[in-house]
Amino acid sequence: MLSRTADHLFWMSRYIERAENLARLLDVTWQMSLVPQSEAATNQSWAAIIALNSLEEAYAAKYSTVTGENVLRFMVSDPDNFSSIYSCLRMARENAHAVRGTLTTEMWETMNSTWLEAREKSFEQIANAGIGEFFEWVKMRSSLSRGTTLGTLLQDEAFHFIRLGTLLERADNTARILDVKYHVLRPHGEEEEATDFYQWGALLRSVSGFEVYRKVYRDVITPERVAELLILNSDMPRSLRFCLNGVVKNLELVANSHSGETLRQAGQLYSQLRYGRIDDMLKEGLHEWLTDFMDRIYLIGDGISKDFLVPMSEAA
Amino acid sequence: MNFYNEMYDADGGVREHYKRYEAWLKETPPERIERKRAEADLAFHRVGITFAVYGEEAGKERLIPFDIIPRIIPSKEWKAMERGMRQRVKALNMFLWDIYHDQEILKAGKIPAEQVLDNAQYRAVMKGVDVPAGIYAHIAGVDLVRAGAGEFYVLEDNLRVPSGVSYMLEDRKMMMRLFPELFARHKVAPVQHYPDMLLEKLRAVAPQGITDPTVVVLTPGAYNSAYFEHSFLAQQMGVELVEGRDLFVKNETVYMRTTQGPQRVDVIYRRIDDDFLDPLAFRADSALGVPGILKAYQAGNVTLSNAIGTGVADDKSIYPYVPEMIRFYLGEEPILNNVPTYMCRKKDDLAYVLDHLGELVVKEVHGAGGYGMLVGPASTKEQIEKFRQLLLAKPDGYIAQPTLALSNCPTFVEEGIAPRHLDLRPFVLSSGKCVNMVPGGLTRVALTKGSLVVNSSQGGGTKDTWVLED
Repeated sequence: MLSRTADHLFWMSRYIERAENLARLLDVTWQMSLVPQSEAATNQSWAAIIALNSLEEAYAAKYSTVTGENVLRFMVSDPDNFSSIYSCLRMARENAHAVRGTLTTEMWETMNSTWLEAREKSFEQIANAGIGEFFEWVKMRSSLSRGTTLGTLLQDEAFHFIRLGTLLERADNTARILDVKYHVLRPHGEEEEATDFYQWGALLRSVSGFEVYRKVYRDVITPERVAELLILNSDMPRSLRFCLNGVVKNLELVANSHSGETLRQAGQLYSQLRYGRIDDMLKEGLHEWLTDFMDRIYLIGDGISKDFLVPMSEAA
Repeated sequence: MNFYNEMYDADGGVREHYKRYEAWLKETPPERIERKRAEADLAFHRVGITFAVYGEEAGKERLIPFDIIPRIIPSKEWKAMERGMRQRVKALNMFLWDIYHDQEILKAGKIPAEQVLDNAQYRAVMKGVDVPAGIYAHIAGVDLVRAGAGEFYVLEDNLRVPSGVSYMLEDRKMMMRLFPELFARHKVAPVQHYPDMLLEKLRAVAPQGITDPTVVVLTPGAYNSAYFEHSFLAQQMGVELVEGRDLFVKNETVYMRTTQGPQRVDVIYRRIDDDFLDPLAFRADSALGVPGILKAYQAGNVTLSNAIGTGVADDKSIYPYVPEMIRFYLGEEPILNNVPTYMCRKKDDLAYVLDHLGELVVKEVHGAGGYGMLVGPASTKEQIEKFRQLLLAKPDGYIAQPTLALSNCPTFVEEGIAPRHLDLRPFVLSSGKCVNMVPGGLTRVALTKGSLVVNSSQGGGTKDTWVLED
């Protein structure tokens, strides 16, 4: 497969996954803001979203105060913000457009109509119709993309690069959400507050993990178990371990003569998740551990780019 | 002016080959037709069969209007056209071989040598290059129009990178999806095997010694106006769609960069103009091309389709000589008519043209896509005056032709069904001795009342084209 084709497929799936995760995060933050709590706490969780995406400067250039409406407007439909859902869907479609011949008709039509519909929605329309409905729509469109991919695409290299993009992006997003929320929640953890339950519940919901948690632990929600579920569970589709397992498998399937080191790095990271214990990670400091994890995810992404995607050295 | 109508004869009777369709149109409730037309629009949008319009907002894509009244050609008429095109394209390929080798036609004085050799489209780098099977234009898009009492004329021979074949295929698919019952009532010759035929031709002209050639389609990229077609053809043929940056040349051999390392490329169906192909040989500022590809081509290690330097044969200044080529190379009389052409570089012709600007169509010699032309009868005084100045300043840059009374065909427009002018572009494929085409081609229709310009860049639409089998 052409390196450029693989590159477009990889990024197409990353952007659609990013749009979905963003929709999830905004959705729970918005739902949480409806639970009675101090205004400062609410604004703090909105600010966290901006920080999560390292968008403080770009946001400050447009808005002087952090409010739910401003953050939503900025993250949902601002075309100037390259991290907004709008921009992610546009980038997903542009990458798909560049390789539409490699996609099945169903995949392309899904990507294309997602973007055509998104383009027609102004923020006012979205807000009037109920913003929750929009987030549901984004999640559904992302599911549809994955579904058409699974249901129609030949499982050759194209499929593997699409999976790599999805899983790498998801691992990064889950780690980020956990990192930010764990911080916001943890400091006043000693004195049990009712809102804590909702906050942790919201975090779980943002990764479709609420029912999963109940099923796995059949017990009250504790931060440690939330971390364990999202990091170490082998069967939870949005956990770090699940994602890394997929990354390693797909990397093995597309391996070429340069990709050994990237595969080793991914395999090493996966073993930590496979054989690690949550107590050790918490002892080390979850933030430190997650920061290190995200750095390594970045390196793996970079390795994939160098090994497969960017034009290789011309030595035949 | 009286126009030949494709559906009705001069007395208003329905022509034989349109009778069934006309009956169907009469008995079908207008609401159903309306619904189907809306369905077509939606489907074309969703599939993304769009083209980018130069000069409009960057990245903006427009739909090419699709009309549901087909252009129908009876089998007998098509067979004559087919013979004519086969003859014409054969002669054009022989002409190209000749001018890049012994130049017999110039020596024989049939065409003034400077007309060919000084032409900007003549590529001296091609002299002596032996292209596989002697074929330069593997794909030709011959623009035919019907005029006068119904005879066909060749308007131009597109031998560089003719486009539109994807619309031909998508229009057929759409017609069959919208109105399957029509195909049960008519024996419409199929066209869907075009990509197979194209792939077969491309494989047939691979460099010598290559038994299982790797074929690719080379596109300028996703923002090119015909990108949909490039990706469509690559997908239909099951070959890679590459951009210049995906290819590189090493040891006069072309490779593409793949996830498994470099892979050799043998045949390139390129949809990039000569000028942009190789920054080392042609335009140095081209970011679309592949440095060194010309050398690989000259060495015979890769086949370009179409060949470099075909533009000299479809240039409007060479067009008047095509009938002469047919006589010279084939010893036959041309089957298809050429439109009488005034060459403004000739003094007498120029004088005539300047006197009759209001009646003529004036075209830039190197122009294409309906840009840079004057349709005298449809122009204002100011436009005509502007062209007069252009002509006086650079007479050899223009030709002029009588304004043809292009045939028309009933077409859905805002005010209902009304006659609109059309042309036809069949796609002629050549490799070695075989010249083939699928029956029909792309019918383009001018949607503005009275307009004779059918180009999609000028707001033209398309129709499905039916060649009826007996």
